[in-house]
Amino acid sequence: MVAIGISKKRKEDPSLLSGNAKFVADMCEGSTEVQFIRSPIAKGKIVKTNRNSNVNLITGEDLSDINEIACKLDKFNFVPVTQPILPLKEIKYVGQAIGAIYNTDPSKELKQDFPFFEFENEKGVFKINDALDSGSPLVHEHVKQNIIVHGKFETDGFDNAFNNGDCKLEMQFYSKRQNAAPLETRGCAVKFNRATDRLELYVSAQMPHMLRTGICDCLNIPESKLRVIALNVGGAFGQKMALFSEYVLLCWLSLRNKRDFHWIEDRLENFSSSAHSREQIHKIDASFDKTGKLLALKTHIKANVGAYSNYPVTAGVEPLMALAEYTGPYDISAYSSEALGVLTNTCMMAPYRGVSRPVITAVLERLMDKASKVLGINKIEIRYRNLIKNFPYRTPTNLIIDEGSYSETLSLAQQIISDEIEVIKNDVESQNTELIGLGFSVFGERTGYGTSAFAARGMQITPGYETCDLSMDPSGNIIAKVGVCSHGQGIATTLSQIIADNLGLEIEQVSIVQGDTDNTPYGWGTFASRSVVISGGACQISAQKLAEKLKKIASFYLQCEADELILQNGSVVNKKTKSNLSLRTIGRKFYHSNHEIKDIAGSELRASSTYDPDGTFSNACHVAKVKIDTLTGNVSVEKYFVIEDAGKLINPKIVDGQIVGGVVQGMGNTLYEEIKYDSNGTILTTNFADFKIPTMHESPKVEIKHLETITENSETGAKGLGEGGLIGAPGAILNAINNALEQFGEELNFFPVHPNDIREVLRKHERRR
Amino acid sequence: MNAEDNVQNIEFFVNEEKFNISVRSSTHLADAIRDKCSLTGTHLGCEHGVCGACTILVDNLPVRGCLYLAVQADGKKIETVEGLSTDNELNYIQQSFWENHGLQCGFCTPGFLMLTKWMLDNYKELSEEIIKDVLSSNICRCTGYQNIIKSVKQIALEQNKWVE
Repeated sequence: MVAIGISKKRKEDPSLLSGNAKFVADMCEGSTEVQFIRSPIAKGKIVKTNRNSNVNLITGEDLSDINEIACKLDKFNFVPVTQPILPLKEIKYVGQAIGAIYNTDPSKELKQDFPFFEFENEKGVFKINDALDSGSPLVHEHVKQNIIVHGKFETDGFDNAFNNGDCKLEMQFYSKRQNAAPLETRGCAVKFNRATDRLELYVSAQMPHMLRTGICDCLNIPESKLRVIALNVGGAFGQKMALFSEYVLLCWLSLRNKRDFHWIEDRLENFSSSAHSREQIHKIDASFDKTGKLLALKTHIKANVGAYSNYPVTAGVEPLMALAEYTGPYDISAYSSEALGVLTNTCMMAPYRGVSRPVITAVLERLMDKASKVLGINKIEIRYRNLIKNFPYRTPTNLIIDEGSYSETLSLAQQIISDEIEVIKNDVESQNTELIGLGFSVFGERTGYGTSAFAARGMQITPGYETCDLSMDPSGNIIAKVGVCSHGQGIATTLSQIIADNLGLEIEQVSIVQGDTDNTPYGWGTFASRSVVISGGACQISAQKLAEKLKKIASFYLQCEADELILQNGSVVNKKTKSNLSLRTIGRKFYHSNHEIKDIAGSELRASSTYDPDGTFSNACHVAKVKIDTLTGNVSVEKYFVIEDAGKLINPKIVDGQIVGGVVQGMGNTLYEEIKYDSNGTILTTNFADFKIPTMHESPKVEIKHLETITENSETGAKGLGEGGLIGAPGAILNAINNALEQFGEELNFFPVHPNDIREVLRKHERRR
Repeated sequence: MNAEDNVQNIEFFVNEEKFNISVRSSTHLADAIRDKCSLTGTHLGCEHGVCGACTILVDNLPVRGCLYLAVQADGKKIETVEGLSTDNELNYIQQSFWENHGLQCGFCTPGFLMLTKWMLDNYKELSEEIIKDVLSSNICRCTGYQNIIKSVKQIALEQNKWVE
């Protein structure tokens, strides 16, 4: 009856498979549709508003009683930039919500075929380097040089250490703008409860409690007036973390009109106005000694953060994560970094699976391949020589890397692909229309980090802890209320497994309540590969506390000491005598005959605990084998291997699902997915034909091997891994592409790499016309 | 009936149940099924015909519910995800997706299930290539597809349809 470590079928699935599961768009019956008017210009002013008797129009002028969305960092020269729910006059990007329309007569179709606004255009700025030019237009007048955040870090004696090296390498790297593109867009349905005078907000979101705080702060209402409910969430990948203005507006409308409203984002809006990410320019300088040891690393990071700062993690999230985590899995004692968040007249940037780590991993792994070539040291060997080997390891920026298997995953990868290396030599020499390449990527994934990590970033809001409120009902079943909020990860199943094992129950006897602010303890939702570590830890501690209480009650009825008892098969059992009492009997006794045990059991059959760990690093080595078709420039990923160490695996099938999904999303990031703007700041990629996502055809079979290094930094021994697939893939695939093109002496240090980029290289070297 | 909005009365069967509904001529079939028949298992991911989340069967053929007008379905037989399970029991396709972890967030799943049903009903032989040819018309953002292929392969093996 052990559940941990078993690939249990997910509890979530029957309702999803039968079509009974409810998503936010299924909660709109009987409510009034709201549409947002979005700006067609990137920068300028609203000079005239035209009203129309057929439709109700809300503009920024109607919202004088609402606060703007505000969120701050206390460090890194952060300049606060607030975001209006709807602007009074000033427009900052194409796609910005500038008005909202609705019609309470359902027989009339809501249409945007009327010029509600007239504009005065101003010159905007869209690219990182343009925005940093002196004399460039300012996105917000009070933010000089468009720099919203500016972090610097340097270890003592950096210059000396750098100058001591024998081999200096530099690299420029560009990661282009992307959109997480969850298959379910954002949306909300708000219901006004006339009986209680409260709002119920159904919303597709990752952080329900945070959203409640953010909305209530904007509306100046107590949080008790708003209930936020995330039902099933159709993918999120970070895009559904932030507080978006649409939710505030819908709640305001509902309060004011005492009726129900809904807004379901369409795909165009998701591309133009839901958060973007990844647009960064990196420049690094590295100093190696002759043996291939990386002595010193200097990084310069510029991140295009768009026009506003997201709530709650701010515009610092990408540049500052790059600054803090750049040294990755390598032992680099001298480190210097400068990171800028740069405002432009584009859609706001927010976290997307992996945040900056897909980029910094790709850069470091490109650097290792480059150093291997220059120094004449085998690609695997040079990584070995630099990987962290002593644990716990303190990074230059003071992160503690706990026990892992960095070298071991690389060795295993080497064994697995030894045959492939031979194959590649043959193919390259044959000069046919196929070029084969192999690429590695080694990385650590910081997961399950609590409040201390966010405080170190200078965040005023420090998401970190998780609470689990556990109770047993009279039938002997368990209800666990948690603050995390699944968006497809199967959290209810995983947490049930942890609780069930600690109480000797089947997972079916455990119900998980999540995503509902009225019925769960305050928590931070699901992001940053945190849920299994932090909420899983809280669940385990609560379950152990409850187990103690159950033993205490049973010891009274079984006439023995509590420490002679264990929980198994739904009963409390005496290890020696085998006499036992079922949890159902205990439940009945406790609730219905409490007078018998009042003195020893008290009046509650519940346990609660909060867990706020410092964090734990999972680690992995990825290997990609790609084939380049020299006729078309098309890159296909032929084989993909992941050697992963995420500590104890609670549900291996769910774990592997996260890895494969992440790798394929990472392949999309590396080869296809790119948000483009034209020179006037108009978004060009507004549908799935322009913004290409991998289909079944392009997706490789991913082969996975696990190592299980058990860490003391996680209550359950489990490490997070929700982002790792995506963190490792760009580096591995990009290295494989560069490996295939190595004979031409060209380097592609950017992603996504499109077929035309490959064709350009091939043309230059006359491998195609 | 509102002449300006061009509302029409139509009749169709969804999962063998008869519906008489009035819809605007511009309403697509997925919206009609969701809003007028209260069957919300059919999901809309893009509403421009690429993602396939809204795939349903009309007279035994898979269609994009977002690209097919409701008025085109007048008199036709429609199958949606809600029709797969009988008496709350998951059918063999749903069971296989469950066993093989062929879904994560589940938003794209109804479309994949309906397309898979059509494929299994119409192909005498299945291979990984055929599965990829057919199912690559739908997008899943979570699974990386591997377990969807596995789910379908298991059924094909059980039905003796699998060819290497």
